[in-house]
Amino acid sequence: MFEQLSDRLNSTFERLRGRPRVSEGDLDEALRDVRVALLEADVNLKVVRQLIATVRERALGERVLESITGAQQVVKIVHDAIVEMLGGTATPLARAERPPTVVVLAGLQGSGKTTTAAKLANMLRKQGRKPLLIAADVYRPAAIDQLVTLGKQLGVPVRAVDPSRVASDVATIAASAPLEGRDTVIVDTAGRLHIDESMMSEIAEVVAAVKPHEVLLVVDAMAGQDAVDSASAFHARLPLTGLVLAKADGDARGGASLSVRAVTGVPLKLIGTGEKLDALEVFHPDRLAQRILGMGDILTLVERAQEHVDQKTAEEQARKFLEAQFTLDDFYSQLQQVKKMGPLGDLLKMIPGMGAMAKQLPEGPEAERQMRQIEAIISSMTRGERADPTVINGSRRKRIAAGSGTTVSDVNQLLKQFAEMRKLMKQFGSMAKSGRLPRMPGMPRL
Amino acid sequence: MPASAAGVTIESALAKTRGGFLGRLFGRGDEKVTGDWLDSLEEGLLRADLSVSLVDPLMAQLRDLFATGELKTVPKALAAVRETLVAALAGDVRLRGDGKTPRVILVVGVNGSGKTTTAAKLAKRLKDSGERPLLVAADTFRAAAIQQLERWAERVDVPIVSGKPDGDPAAVVFDAVSAATARGNTTVIADTAGRLHTKGQLMEELGKIVRVTARAREGAPDEVLLVLDGTAGQNAIQQARQFTATAAVTGLVVTKLDGTAKGGAVFAIVQELKLPVKLLGVGEKAEDLVPMDPTAFVNGLLPASG
Ligand SMILES: Nc1nc2c(ncn2[C@@H]2O[C@H](COP(=O)(O)OP(=O)(O)OP(=O)(O)O)[C@@H](O)[C@H]2O)c(=O)[nH]1
Ligand SMILES: Nc1nc2c(ncn2[C@@H]2O[C@H](COP(=O)(O)OP(=O)(O)OP(=O)(O)O)[C@@H](O)[C@H]2O)c(=O)[nH]1
Ligand SMILES: [Mg+2]
Ligand SMILES: [Mg+2]
Repeated sequence: MFEQLSDRLNSTFERLRGRPRVSEGDLDEALRDVRVALLEADVNLKVVRQLIATVRERALGERVLESITGAQQVVKIVHDAIVEMLGGTATPLARAERPPTVVVLAGLQGSGKTTTAAKLANMLRKQGRKPLLIAADVYRPAAIDQLVTLGKQLGVPVRAVDPSRVASDVATIAASAPLEGRDTVIVDTAGRLHIDESMMSEIAEVVAAVKPHEVLLVVDAMAGQDAVDSASAFHARLPLTGLVLAKADGDARGGASLSVRAVTGVPLKLIGTGEKLDALEVFHPDRLAQRILGMGDILTLVERAQEHVDQKTAEEQARKFLEAQFTLDDFYSQLQQVKKMGPLGDLLKMIPGMGAMAKQLPEGPEAERQMRQIEAIISSMTRGERADPTVINGSRRKRIAAGSGTTVSDVNQLLKQFAEMRKLMKQFGSMAKSGRLPRMPGMPRL
Repeated sequence: MPASAAGVTIESALAKTRGGFLGRLFGRGDEKVTGDWLDSLEEGLLRADLSVSLVDPLMAQLRDLFATGELKTVPKALAAVRETLVAALAGDVRLRGDGKTPRVILVVGVNGSGKTTTAAKLAKRLKDSGERPLLVAADTFRAAAIQQLERWAERVDVPIVSGKPDGDPAAVVFDAVSAATARGNTTVIADTAGRLHTKGQLMEELGKIVRVTARAREGAPDEVLLVLDGTAGQNAIQQARQFTATAAVTGLVVTKLDGTAKGGAVFAIVQELKLPVKLLGVGEKAEDLVPMDPTAFVNGLLPASG
């Protein structure tokens, strides 16, 4: 689960390397990996199909198959296609020529509307605007209390509507906002199911009465396949002008939001990144694209490596990787280099697909003990064994274990790790060396 | 609520997609399986948020059987899928800690999944079955979370012990367990703050709640219910992993199944973590919480006929 796209693509393409010509069938195999990755990121199935078709066409056009960095190119093509679907650039919020500007928030139950209403008030307040919050959720227990509490924390006034005339009250309060010196009105509505006819009519009435400049649908970043259907139903009833992606501070990939954008055409405008009232940001499509792909923060990693790894050694080793000459001696010196770059766990977290491995890594004294053990094991090997570990059979393993004061299973583990490291470093080494990694802005963490 | 009525509720709540996407798969009872039909089935399962890592092998198996001529008719194919899915969900839906005084249930999960509502609905269920539940408002963080549960407590007519805003949630639960012992409440249901499973500090806070609860009554909590939003996608799996690691989750609740989402992500969770789905949330009213019924749940994904 959650295997990372670039890792998978790399292994798919690795299998293809060295063949004189790579067929379309081979590309399709790679695209099957892309499909799985997108589905695991909760991208809607229909959207996945469309994306794959686009990517396939472009990949063939760019002669990806003849390139040694084909995997990276495919990742880049997928990335670009996602950014396009997410809607190229950030879209600003509308502002009325004559105040008040009215914003209505809508969405399913628990998606984050009330919190977003308060966060938006806070964001606008910081820009010098004078927001007013309207509590129009008359159903959920203590929904009004919730907004009132948040308004108090911000020093933003909150007005509640009368449950018997929600739509007309919202319109009246909004219209009189400028008289109270308020130039922006943010309306928090009750959570509702898109198939709940009476609740959908209620919000349609609110929108018809208050004629908002923005109708924002708040979508949960953890939402799955159904998000497209529910958002489409909201869009059919309400003139949606934007999407807010709430709860994006977790590890959900947020593929549902891409799908909603792609299917409804409504732009993503804001992104919620925490429970606190300052955790709302303007949406950046490229960052979300990388997150959906599970790209980690490859660029930062490459930069860190370039800073700390001795360039000549790195190049020499990268060459060895590519020629499959990487030895245990190199492994040892690589470990030393990596140690200089920072705690191993931190580094692994930045490599796509390595987050889980990072969690299993020991820290502090235990890490040092293991380093010493590795050193001992490697130095108990013969030169030939270090150059070609495949010759290390059972009896050699016993000898090495005895010589290094370790056990056979320690030796086995190291050899296994080495094989994995070799695979990983091969990808990493060739990317860092060639600089052919797709150039993308670094993504600190959404 | 009598079991049969509950069954009807789930069936009807979960059956909403039948007329739609999957409904189209099941025209006539004797229809022949075709490649296209298998594709549609696959699409239906994926659209219900079943993990691709489960759907791919299942479909590969069906396609093999189809290729060798062992799978000919739609009813037979459907029966095979249904059997697999229903079997995957088999588990004990009874709440643990029966007979313990008081039984202690913690309700945990990510933000907005339906914890507070579930805690209140569960209190009503237990009260209706003759227990003397006590609700505990231990979400001291979110604005008006305490008031929300207090309103619910009034509505379902169950006593409540509340923390103070920004108070220590573990202390609230501890005190409530003692209070329950003194007052003769049979079950304590504690609502906790929503937290994303990736937030170390908040998860640590939850770990502390669990540990402190154990000091209030040996062996407590008896039940740690993880509330999963039925509209959630594959991230639900990560949630379940992390909450289980921190809080030793004992059962799952899937909410918001009265919409068109079907909660299919839960299959991967049940398979990996061997946790039973105990309750389903099928609406916003106090009575909209029903025991898990695997057949009804799966029939929400696959039509009953055929
Ligand atoms: N971590 C995190 N939590 C959030 C974010 N936005 C909202 N929440 C939390 O999500 C939960 C639900 O948020 P609400 O604002 O109450 O959601 P709502 O859509 O108003 O809910 P209903 O009114 O019941 O439909 C609360 O616990 C919020 O604190 C976010 O960006 N990040
Ligand atoms: N349609 C439907 N809505 C539900 C269901 N369960 C809960 N809700 C709604 O979902 C929203 C969030 O529910 P809460 O119980 O407040 O969720 P929570 O997990 O306590 O939220 P936080 O404490 O903010 O993390 C509310 O509007 C509930 O009415 C359900 O089964 N069906
Ligand atoms: Mg709300
Ligand atoms: Mg709550």
